[in-house]
Amino acid sequence: MFVSFFYDLRESGIPVTPTAFLRLQKALGLGLITSLDDFYTVSRALMVKSERNFDLYDQVFARFFMGIDLPVPEAVTIDDSIRAMLDEWLRDPAELARALGLSEEQLRRMSGEELVRYFLDRLKDQEGAHHGERKWIGTGGTSPVGHSGYRPGGMRVGGISRNRSAMKVALERRYKDYSSTAPLTRAQLGEALKRLRRLVPAGPKDVVSIDKTIRQTMRNAGEIEIVFDRRLADRLKVLLLIDNGGWSMDPYVDVVRTLFHYARSQFRELSIRYFHNTVTDRVWCDPQRCSRPESMEELVRRDPETRLICVGDASMAPEELLEVNGSIAIEYRQKLPSIERLKALANTFRHAAWFNPVPATLWDYGETISLIRRTILMFELNLAGLEKGVNHLVAR
Amino acid sequence: MTTKNFHRFSGAGRYVLDEELAKIVNVSIALEMPLLLKGEPGTGKTMLAHAIAEGLDMPLLVLNVKSSMKLVEALYQYDTLTRLNDSRFGDSTRDVSNISEYIRMGKIGQAFTADRRVVLLIDEIDKADSDFQDDMLDVLDQMQFDIIEVDRTVTARFRPVVIITSNAKKDLSDPFLGRCNFHHIAFPKPEMMRDIVAVHFPDLREDLARACINAFYRLRGIEGVEKKPATRELLNWIRALRADPDFRQGAPVDDTMPYLGILFKKSADMEKAVSQIGA
Repeated sequence: MFVSFFYDLRESGIPVTPTAFLRLQKALGLGLITSLDDFYTVSRALMVKSERNFDLYDQVFARFFMGIDLPVPEAVTIDDSIRAMLDEWLRDPAELARALGLSEEQLRRMSGEELVRYFLDRLKDQEGAHHGERKWIGTGGTSPVGHSGYRPGGMRVGGISRNRSAMKVALERRYKDYSSTAPLTRAQLGEALKRLRRLVPAGPKDVVSIDKTIRQTMRNAGEIEIVFDRRLADRLKVLLLIDNGGWSMDPYVDVVRTLFHYARSQFRELSIRYFHNTVTDRVWCDPQRCSRPESMEELVRRDPETRLICVGDASMAPEELLEVNGSIAIEYRQKLPSIERLKALANTFRHAAWFNPVPATLWDYGETISLIRRTILMFELNLAGLEKGVNHLVAR
Repeated sequence: MTTKNFHRFSGAGRYVLDEELAKIVNVSIALEMPLLLKGEPGTGKTMLAHAIAEGLDMPLLVLNVKSSMKLVEALYQYDTLTRLNDSRFGDSTRDVSNISEYIRMGKIGQAFTADRRVVLLIDEIDKADSDFQDDMLDVLDQMQFDIIEVDRTVTARFRPVVIITSNAKKDLSDPFLGRCNFHHIAFPKPEMMRDIVAVHFPDLREDLARACINAFYRLRGIEGVEKKPATRELLNWIRALRADPDFRQGAPVDDTMPYLGILFKKSADMEKAVSQIGA
């Protein structure tokens, strides 16, 4: 019974095993299910093993038993990020009007809701026209909505930080609720990071070693002598570099902040440094990035066994990464281009990983992402990526 | 309902059970499968096992999983130290040459050897590593384990009702999930919370309970709080408020929010809450 329901579930991406399905048959056979409500509850308990798939299950169930196609809440999910962008733009109405291809007069007459709707319509047009093409999220496109063509060639001098790639942020949101690529909760993050702990003997001798005690007691001809061993403790040093600048990291600030929180309790020695977009001659000990700098020379003098973890979207103007004076901080002159600094870091620390909140499917479209990836191994900032990254970091 | 020993569970004194969950519990008992409960802290996962034990009138055994725990500890323990002592001083009634006198059953072992059906609660399974989890499910699947020291197989006399809880901290492995029934307990809705409060404080005045619950959900809604107050905190808060004469006379909790320390356990959270209320 309900074989096609089983296949519908599988097709929707819920990992339902045949065993679980047979178990449902058993429950049916035992007469445990007497109504559709029972069926809904029991088949979910037996076949869907993660609350992240509950929503999907609801949709499949509704389609199968009631013929209802639940709307995909696409517009709602991307709404947040769009709102954030619009808020940013609204501080500069002229810019917004230009970006949306409207006159300022037209813009004034639109309500916030209309604006969002207009933007979404534009988004859909785009999707139909060139889905997945470089133009969309790269540089040099001609779409009126999005950042293309509006990045000033040189440094960003005050004003707004331009839409790195509006579509990109908007699109990412769609993968929001998908299982292993779903955004991390703080707890998951902590769990993944726990794997970084490597046990080595350290600390006081306060654990009874049964083996040694027995051996020693034998040697004493039965006179009991209890032998203590050192307690196991982790001694992994970690250097965490976090991109906390610019609104391009805004959607991820929460995730990254969580990373801070958990990281703190996980390691013997943890240094957190901050940077904006990419590392320059120095990084910062304070999140505000103004009062306590640490020079790169000092940084690379650390124990080479230290695990280097970078967190950032690795998205910026290429010159920022490649040119000596590419830094977006205009008052500051560098000695070396940023990419050289990254290489130095990668050479110093054998175990390095870059966690990027941008989905891997989009990495090929970002020029700077590709460049950084070649220097430091990059992983996605989600559970699957963290697993891989942590495995890489823990390897000796 | 033909199964001979099909126990029906419909809730117990202090626990407010929703229908869906009751159904799942009953099916799990009937199918003789462990039930895995996930949900954020304070959704009553542990309480459920207590309630099931009470409701079915079975003894409850609790295995509190710790991160350093090895499976064998949950099954049995070979008390070498006592044996060593006995052999040295020889003043005990135990027979030192008989190893089985030094085998002590762990919680799972106790559940298997009990002379009646019990409820076995395996609390916070997510703390253990995945080897522990998979091996344990093997044992629970087979309903038997070996004591290698005495070469004896312990087989369950009565299949225990197994409830496993997880704090949703990390995903459990697929083989593990494959062998359990699963339910995620969502945080109770205000109406449900009203019932829960009523169970614990039957004599609390309706308007006061409402005010407390509304305030509680408002506080839970504060952004960026590290540890949101859960059911336990709400109940403790109400308990504290009841001791306060002002509250008993019906002073509004909404603007003053006394005893916030009961709800927020971290100072940063507390500050956030205070500033939000002030605003």
